[in-house]
Amino acid sequence: MVSAAEMLSVAAFLEGYHAQAFPSFGSERMGAPVVAFCRLDDKEIRLREPVMTPDALIVQDPTLLHQVDLFNGLDTRGYLVVNTRRSYRDLGLGDYVKKFPPHHISTVAATEWALEYIGRPLPNVALLGAFAAMTRRVTLESVMAAVRQKFPGKLGDDNAAAAAKAYDSIRTN
Amino acid sequence: MFEQIEGSQAVAKAIALCRPEVICAYPITPQTHIVEGCAEMIRTGAIQNCEFINVESEFAALSVAIGSSAAGARTYTATASQGLLFMAEAVYNAAGLGLPIVMTIGNRAIGAPINIWNDHSDSMALRDAGWIQLHAETNQEAADLHIQAFKLAERLSAPVMVCMDGFILTHAYERVAIPDQAQVDAFLPPYQPRQILDPADPYTIGAMVGPEAFMEVRYLAHDKLLQALSVIPEIQQEFKEVFGRESGGLFHGYRVEDAETVVVTMGSLAGTVKDLVDEVRENGAKIGVITLCSYRPFPLDGLRHALQGAAKVIVLEKSLALGFGGVLAADVRTALHGRDTHIHTVIAGLGGRPITRKSLARMFARVERDDLKDPHFLDLDLDIVRREIDNQRSQITAGPIAENILREIGPCGPKAV
Repeated sequence: MVSAAEMLSVAAFLEGYHAQAFPSFGSERMGAPVVAFCRLDDKEIRLREPVMTPDALIVQDPTLLHQVDLFNGLDTRGYLVVNTRRSYRDLGLGDYVKKFPPHHISTVAATEWALEYIGRPLPNVALLGAFAAMTRRVTLESVMAAVRQKFPGKLGDDNAAAAAKAYDSIRTN
Repeated sequence: MFEQIEGSQAVAKAIALCRPEVICAYPITPQTHIVEGCAEMIRTGAIQNCEFINVESEFAALSVAIGSSAAGARTYTATASQGLLFMAEAVYNAAGLGLPIVMTIGNRAIGAPINIWNDHSDSMALRDAGWIQLHAETNQEAADLHIQAFKLAERLSAPVMVCMDGFILTHAYERVAIPDQAQVDAFLPPYQPRQILDPADPYTIGAMVGPEAFMEVRYLAHDKLLQALSVIPEIQQEFKEVFGRESGGLFHGYRVEDAETVVVTMGSLAGTVKDLVDEVRENGAKIGVITLCSYRPFPLDGLRHALQGAAKVIVLEKSLALGFGGVLAADVRTALHGRDTHIHTVIAGLGGRPITRKSLARMFARVERDDLKDPHFLDLDLDIVRREIDNQRSQITAGPIAENILREIGPCGPKAV
């Protein structure tokens, strides 16, 4: 998750934005719920408080949906991406997502695609592809460049392919 | 060249550009990424002519640094929190011996209770040890201050701590201009030690000094830090001439010229305060902020001058002297001695509690109305505090306070952001 925020900030940086990515600094143990934040702006970002009213929310682990107050602060004009094969209705969020513009919400089977393209259940890069397709704040090319910078060689190429797959799945939807 | 980079890695790259000869450190969150970055660059050859020494503790880390610096090597280490306390004796020794070691502090709270998050308790605990203490506002400034720190340390023959907020800066990815080697070489000449321990020409440093001379030696250590008050701005200017950027100096003012209320703070918190200053100024409030970069030496005269137009001063600090109050606030009060300025102490962000514009704006409004008790603890949950005070009073076997509070808040309490 922390890497996803980092790579998103790099993608934005490559397009000339100011970007700030930082983790929630939660418990430093594997498996604990983790939140990471990313701010994008045209000017220097001075603010250091946590993001409390996000414009977009990316949920990597859908099992957290009903355990933590994930949607607190998310405006219904914002964007929502959840990593799941299921629909929002199946997740019990059918009524909630009706408040959003239809093209502001999406579900992507990012873990499956990660397994297919990378061979490991690491969904964050595919989710960034979906984020880019939905919000159009960064291009797929920048996401792929950021991913290749983070993971040089085959791992980067495989991750970039997963991002492209997610991107296309939203754009052709 | 601009890079989108983690603060710790930006600092590691800045250290590499300073051509260090010995780096020794013991890992402790949130400083670890910096020395990991340095170690990696030594392994790959990106840092040449430098030895990375693995040590068994922070006490050993600074002791090795003292030895290598005394032997004439440009020496770097980094630590935080309990790590700094564990090396406390060596911290005083490095200063007493006049060794120009540069050490990063990834500012973090001190236990117990154990807490890995940011506040300024650690470097504040060693503020009187004779080190110069510089605080970075951004990751750009953190990187730049390290380059300045070697020059400052070596010009004065005094050690320098560069303090940067743990996690908030060390773990944040943002845009940082990484200088090129030619620029840094032009700014920072090779280290010429005032004293070198050399087996071929042995002499003693760190001798016993008795009552007949100790006052004079201590006075000279004090005088050296006071000299830094003029050397720090000189180096800020020299840095600007080479790199074209404002970084460092004694303090930075933001919208202070016509301000009736001035916030005095240190470190990364200044960015959030600046955003809020812009916001509340749109409603007509005349407010500004001063960000201290040099905490030791403390710029008493400069601050007194900069605050002469302020009717109210809010000292916003991430430190608390238990049984007394604000640490920074006491220094600011000394600077404003004899004036009728209203000085408010606001303690905020202890142990990583988020400091939000919302809470700061509420506090500003109370200062405007003269309705703020001193000291004020930003976002302190008084109900929980009062219940626990009653609990401790009412039963002799009330149990440990920290665990009682955790039980009351629960695993997903409102403060568990």
